[in-house]
This record gives sequence, structure tokens and C-alpha cells, in this order.
Amino acid sequence: MKIAVCMKRVPDTATRLTFAADGKSVDTSEVQWVISPYDEYAIEEGLRIRERAGEGTVTAITVGPEGASKELRQALGMGVDDGILAVCDEPLDPIQTARSLVAILADRADDIVLFGKQAVDSQGAQVGALVARLLGRPFVNDIAAIEVSEQQVRIERDIEGGRETIEGPLPIIVGAEKSLNEPRYPKLKDIMQAKKKPIEKVTPQTGEPSFETVAVTTPAPRPEGRIVGEGPEAVDELIRLLREEAKVI
Amino acid sequence: MKIIVWIEARNGQIKAPSLEALGSARNLAESGSGEVIGVICGPSGAKAAHSASTAGAHRIIIRDGESLNDAIADGIADELVAIFREESADMVICAATSTGKEVIALTAGTLGTSVAADCTSITRREDVIEIERPIYAGKALMQQKICQFPALVSIRPNYGERLEREAATVIEQAATTGSSVRRTGFKRGTVGKIDLAEAEIIVSGGRGLKDPANFVLLEELAELLQAAVGASRAVVDAGWRPHSDQVGQTGKTVSPKLYIAVGISGAIQHLAGMSSSRTIVAINKDPNAPIFKVATYGVVGDLFEVIPRLQAQLKSVLQ
Repeated sequence: MKIAVCMKRVPDTATRLTFAADGKSVDTSEVQWVISPYDEYAIEEGLRIRERAGEGTVTAITVGPEGASKELRQALGMGVDDGILAVCDEPLDPIQTARSLVAILADRADDIVLFGKQAVDSQGAQVGALVARLLGRPFVNDIAAIEVSEQQVRIERDIEGGRETIEGPLPIIVGAEKSLNEPRYPKLKDIMQAKKKPIEKVTPQTGEPSFETVAVTTPAPRPEGRIVGEGPEAVDELIRLLREEAKVI
Repeated sequence: MKIIVWIEARNGQIKAPSLEALGSARNLAESGSGEVIGVICGPSGAKAAHSASTAGAHRIIIRDGESLNDAIADGIADELVAIFREESADMVICAATSTGKEVIALTAGTLGTSVAADCTSITRREDVIEIERPIYAGKALMQQKICQFPALVSIRPNYGERLEREAATVIEQAATTGSSVRRTGFKRGTVGKIDLAEAEIIVSGGRGLKDPANFVLLEELAELLQAAVGASRAVVDAGWRPHSDQVGQTGKTVSPKLYIAVGISGAIQHLAGMSSSRTIVAINKDPNAPIFKVATYGVVGDLFEVIPRLQAQLKSVLQ
């Protein structure tokens, strides 16, 4: 079983953001980086698929600056076999990231490629789908369970009103939802061993962007709210405001 | 400019955010010369087309056939690509629902471009499309120009504009494609009927509820308001509520017309996921809880006293 997991590093979700001097990007100089939370579920599931199969390899792939090899090492510490870093210092459009990944994945013949369902910074929820289409493979996002058998996968995911089952062929590309699993914490021994695992560096083929960024700004602050009152006595006034002022019920 | 709008329907019912997507597309079309073509895929499309016909489309194409009966996003995207090419269109727009995001990303992949995803604003200046989209779960706002066509855009639910226009011409066509991934089963239960991301009203609960069984208070309130029930990360991680209910940066980013936060203190990653809601109500016993900083209306008090009173009063007002 040959498995690839595509991951992205993102600012820690508790980070307060500041903006770069050009007003077109986030200032990342002071940022604490983490593996995007959904990508951790993808990594964990890649490892579990390999473990259930009893054989195979898991490769973690990312596109980013040299510093992103730190997050690849974390994946290696969890049990991933090797890493590939497409070195790029510039922020990329989703399609540029997808092209960079496709250049790596096209020659690898993976049975399954896992992504997180979306990165929690850019929140586009699209690179996995773009890669799937560029490679001509089927894609299912938001997966909550996956069973891989010979040349066939069975997937479950939560949609409105219940859980649906999906079946499809291998090779396939999927996006991990939070309910998929509980990612393991690497043990110290594994972290030490991960230092010896190989990370290959490649030059990405990004092509042209789809967008030109005009500005990145702080959203306008919400208008000042007010305390309507204390305890159940405040309820009548609250309902009046919701009906007459906000007009939402 | 020719704009394809994917109209999402389930069991013949149009999803409200799709009507907003049609409205936004029509606005773009009317700010120059343009045509809006709505596309509905799958069974009972005719019924769905009827309820969407005056929402802004000039034409509505219904694609149906055996291959679409159990199709997921992968199959729907194939139909959109086929229509896009047949029509020599310039843009694809849909509502940024869970399925919508997946459908438009797959369509974009085949067309070789990125999606401007989950936009809160879209405008056209001659032949340049300008969009605004929240990133970092709303901690920042990004303004971009789309520099090439085809342009693919998804619009955040509750941020489009509903319009009333002349009735569209409806055309029925046979499905032309068939994806290799298909739905083979569905089990009812566990997940709410209204997807949080597209709900108009959300009632959300946190640690203050003290016990998972107490969520029944919020479920009753939600039923009264035809709302969806959300949850903070703390109670999802504690196993009180399913992951699909989580609101916040590692859950769903929501923007309903009304968000009622009950017993939620308002950690930064929760605020990031809901602070673009139009009206926010916070009910919390701690007057210093950060949730009050973003709340339009706050009630300081014991939720076990406030919620029953709210429910009783709403019942008499709404019925």
C-alpha cells in the first residue's frame, strides 16, 4: 500500500494576527506554526491504513519555505516514513499549490492520497479537489471513516440528517474531517528516530496565479453591544429587541 | 458574460443559500451585459426549478439521469464542467455550503483555476471581478481581484442577495457523465437536519450547560426557532456533542442572522468562527466572559433560569 499525505503548516489558532507592511499579507515573523489540525487527522489515518494493511509506506508532502521541514519532522515523528518539501517562499494561490503537489504525485502511483478537509488559515477547502481533478482521480471530502480493501474503498461521512456511505475505486483522494480519528502523540524515541528519516527537497512548478491580492485587513469591529439585563427578568426586553430592533425573529 | 450557477436541491427542495447565489450572479450580470444560467442536477429537478425560477436566472438547465441518482459532488462537478464548455461560459458561482465547496473546487480543478471561496462580497468593475473573503476564520479579511477567466466563486450563506426577477426558461437535459464514486447508503440520525453553515438561526451551547443531557434545553429552543444546534470546542472534545456541531476555527465558520451563545465563555477560536453573525445574543453568568464583547445583546444570568423563561415567552410570541 502506497500512501501520501499532503499537509500545510498554519499559524497556531490561538495566535493574534498582525499584518505585513505592504498590507497584503499576514506578518509571519512572530508566528507560532503548527500542522493544520485537519491535516493531523489525515496523517493519523494514513498511518492507520498502513498499519491495517500490515505493509506499505506513508509519505508526507508539503509546499512551503525551508522552515516547513520542522512540521514535516513532526509528521515523521508520528510514524510517517519520509517527507517531501517543495520549497517556496512566496504565498501561493490554491491552483499553484495544487500544481506543485501534482508534479510530485504524478510519478508516485499512490493508492490513496489524504488531505485535511481544509487548512484553517486560508479556509479554501479546495487543494485536495484541485489535485484530484488535475490527476484525473476521484475525490471525497469530509470523510469520517474509511476502509480500504483490494482496489476498493468504503467511506462514511456526516451530512445533514445522517451519515452517508460512499464507495469508489483506488486510487482515490480524500479529505479528513475531525471525527475520523484521534491523532497520536509522538513518543520521544520516535521523535529522535525521525531526525534520521529522509526529507527530499524539490523545486515546485507553480504556474500563474488566479488572483491578485489587493489587501489583507482586520475586519471592521462589531458595533458595540449592550447588556440587556440580568436573569430571567431580562427575557422580555431581549425578545422585544430581537423582534423590533434586530428584526431576526 | 455568461455565468453558470449551481443550484443545490435536496428532495426537490431548493437550499436557501442557492437563491442568494442566483441573486449575486444576477447582480453581476446586470452590472454589464450578461446571462445567468442556473443548473440543477438529479431527480425531482423540475420541482426545484419551479421554486428557483424567479430568483435571478435567465435560463435553468435540469440535468437528470440514472448516473445522478446516487451522485456525490464528484459526479455533479462533471455535469457543471460539461455545461460550462457547451455554453462557453465565463464564470461558475455557487453557495459555499459543504457540498457546494466540494462541487466548485472539483469543477475548478478540471477548468485549471482556483476558487475564490466563501466570499462575503463580489462586485464587477467592467471585466474585473473583485471579491472579499474572510480568512483565519474571520480574524482577517482578504480583498482580491480575479485576474483571469474562467472565474469560480462560492458565496458564504446569508451574504448573497435574494432577488425577484422574471421567470427563467427551463430546459431538461439528460446527464452526460458518471463518476466512479457513488453513494451506496444513508443512515438517518446523529446529525441535525439543518447544516450549521447554512442555518439562519443557531443556538449554541458550551461548558455552562454542565451536562450533555442539558442540551435538550437548547434543542427545544432550536425547534421553536427552526434553528440548528451548535457547540463549543470544549463540549465537543469532551464527547458531549458530535464534531459536526462544533463552531470555531477548527469546526464550522458560521454567519447566521441570529447566533445565540448559551453558557459559552467565548475563547478566541470560538469567536473567530461566529463573529460574522448578524446578531449575537450571549447568555452567561460571568459578566466578564469575552463572549459579551461581540454580543449584540447580552443577558447576565443563570442559563437554567433564563432559557426556560425565554422558551416560554417565545412560544407565546411566535404562535
